Amino acid sequence: MNEFWSRYARNRSAVMGLGILVLVIFMAAIASLIFPDDPFRLAGIPLSVPGANGFFLGSDTLGRDVASGIAHGAKTSLLIGLVATFAAVFIGIIFGAFSGYYGGLVDDILMRITEIFQTIPSFVFAILLVAIMKPSIESIVIAITVVSWPGVARLVRGEFLSLKNREFVQACHTIGMSDMRIIVREILPNCLSPIIVVGSLMVATAILIESGLAFLGLGDPNIMSWGFQIGAGRTMLRSAWWVCTFPGIAILVTVLAINLVGEGLNDALNPRLREGN
Amino acid sequence: MKHKLLDIKNLFIQLPAGADRQYAVQEVNLELARGETLCVVGESGSGKSLTARAVMGLLPAPHVQVTQGEIGFNGEDITKVNYDRLRQIRGSEISMIFQEPMTALNPVMSIGAQIDEVFRYHVNMSGAERAKQAIKLLDDVHLPNPEQIMRAYPHELSGGQRQRAMIAMALALKPKILIADEPTTALDVTTQAQILKLISEMQLASDTGVLFITHDFGVVADIAHRVAVMQQGLVVESGTVEQVLNNPVHPYTQALIGAVPSLNPRKARPRSKTPVLSVQGVSKTFGGGSGLFGFGVAAREVKAVKNVTLDLCRGETLGIVGESGSGKSTLARCIIRLMDTDCGKISIDGVQVNELSRAAMRPWRTKIQMVFQDPFASLNPRIKVGNIIAQGPVTQGIDKAEADARARELISIVGLDERSFNRYPHEFSGGQRQRIGIARSLALKPEILIADEPVSALDVSIQAQILDLLEEIRDRMHLSMIFITHDLRVAAQVCDRLAVMRYGEVVETGATADIFAKPEHSYTRDLLAAVPGKDWKVSS
Repeated sequence: MNEFWSRYARNRSAVMGLGILVLVIFMAAIASLIFPDDPFRLAGIPLSVPGANGFFLGSDTLGRDVASGIAHGAKTSLLIGLVATFAAVFIGIIFGAFSGYYGGLVDDILMRITEIFQTIPSFVFAILLVAIMKPSIESIVIAITVVSWPGVARLVRGEFLSLKNREFVQACHTIGMSDMRIIVREILPNCLSPIIVVGSLMVATAILIESGLAFLGLGDPNIMSWGFQIGAGRTMLRSAWWVCTFPGIAILVTVLAINLVGEGLNDALNPRLREGN
Repeated sequence: MKHKLLDIKNLFIQLPAGADRQYAVQEVNLELARGETLCVVGESGSGKSLTARAVMGLLPAPHVQVTQGEIGFNGEDITKVNYDRLRQIRGSEISMIFQEPMTALNPVMSIGAQIDEVFRYHVNMSGAERAKQAIKLLDDVHLPNPEQIMRAYPHELSGGQRQRAMIAMALALKPKILIADEPTTALDVTTQAQILKLISEMQLASDTGVLFITHDFGVVADIAHRVAVMQQGLVVESGTVEQVLNNPVHPYTQALIGAVPSLNPRKARPRSKTPVLSVQGVSKTFGGGSGLFGFGVAAREVKAVKNVTLDLCRGETLGIVGESGSGKSTLARCIIRLMDTDCGKISIDGVQVNELSRAAMRPWRTKIQMVFQDPFASLNPRIKVGNIIAQGPVTQGIDKAEADARARELISIVGLDERSFNRYPHEFSGGQRQRIGIARSLALKPEILIADEPVSALDVSIQAQILDLLEEIRDRMHLSMIFITHDLRVAAQVCDRLAVMRYGEVVETGATADIFAKPEHSYTRDLLAAVPGKDWKVSS
């Protein structure tokens, strides 16, 4: 563990990314303490500039507090990002593991299914799914999961293809081990590193998709999110810049931080780079 | 005074901090004269390759660099010359051939274009002239159809042909020194013999000095004029080939030479008549349909094993020898049911097993086990050694505590520290890992052990230890063994009987001593003739 950390810490920007990410998580965790009121509440004079009328980051057209929205929105973004990523990684591992391990007809069928999902532009597909299912936090998570798992499936399939012919797997066959056990206990642990890296980057993509959906008015109407804030303020962009800008910066910083962490994990977990230095 | 062709004086090459030793190479002194072959011998990690790379100025700077000493080349110190001069020297005055010609050649350039590059960067010649020169070179290295080879890409040539092309390229500008870094290690013995002959032929033609890096004393005996033995970065002994091979002074050299298996087959042991395993008319073909649901272009069919019939008697060791692509590993994998046979019959103790379903096969798995070639790929890096060994019994339904006890016992039988139980495979060296692999294969108390090139990835001294270990456990556990190898020296020491395979067929079987004394098939004769250093008798 210490060794892992020292390798991770060699990448300075990854450490910075981790710092920012911890800060965002902290903000989401204490949102209800600093802003105990509902972020949708009309808290005061509409369109107050930042700093005026007790609004640290200003207020929007209906007098909602932008700072409160960002704090509460962090919860939504992180929650959706994490849940959707876990679900996508789970499905992707199942598809990738079976198609890579068994090959042949199983591989053909599973990969053709995967390709159907890959051929549809992911954001359009996500809009379509949310529109069909009615906007709610569940439907957004489902939509993001559905558009993100094929990448994981492809990755896991590739890893399984290369690992299944290794001699240690053949040794398991010679002692009569069952396929399920070989897949779960022998091969899967050996492809965790790339899965973790891709997963960490997927969290960032999920946050972006969620913001995009909310911006288009397809977010859950009862839950505050960064995309919703930007969407609500876009008509006032020239007269009240702060309504869109601060949630935008929040998205930018968070996604950047997660990307940096993913990159750092990649460097730390990639055995080739490890040898190089 | 005339300068020596190559004169390495007091060379130190530093390794980056955190490596297992401070210097890769220490106080190395080597000399090479015109027309002479100097063999640098040593086991992996002895610093022999880095020494060769230093001569070419190819050290992976800045982590690894020459810190002291000089490399004199015709009176010029290569470690001090500027980059332009170094480029000039490389290729035109000193050139190098590598171990793996597939990775040393650029896969997306034709052979002709790659040879052309050598001329283009070093001499001023017209395109047509360059092409003519290139064709002549390919002809010199005895490649058939030079015009066709010029247009060929590396993957279209065989390993031996690629190495010939590499040699043609290396000798294009008639360099004064040729550095050969294990140029035949990746090749089959018959090809190796041809390449070695080619190198000495070319050397004779243009009076080149050859610095030949190898780990194989057989090769040394065949081609060297002088020998330097390296251990842990130090040259422990050097001298003429007769001195070093026949009267080694340094204990390390003596140990290395002592570990080289002798070509005299050992005495056959009394053979029992009861076959424990019989293989009858087994064939295996790869290839067939590919692409979407099998409708794509049909892949090339390869008949890996053709109608093989073999018997293994109780307590004997049957060697299967052959070159790469002869189907010996495929046969082993068919026998142990890692692959299904196309036709034929494989029986253990008289019961046919190759048609059994996976579930029905499971109890038979305990009868037959395998030791794999690559000690680094054959152990799961994420599982502790104790569990790797205990896995077999646990899978076969023996309870965990008993399986663990058996694993501990096996760890001590194969000569490892008992604390190994709780360690991960990466903490062990290649030889130790091979011991773990052997322990794993014994955990199910098999009757038959298939060893697929178990020592070919190991250094010669480790190789001798593992062979001794296999011998010991075979007697102790009354195993019958199938021993697959490409190395006839190893086969001579281990096997009671031999089966020689070529292109998927068994061309000859018989007692080891008989085959060595009077080979019947012409291919067996070729194989025996190609063994490096066959005229050099190991005195032990």
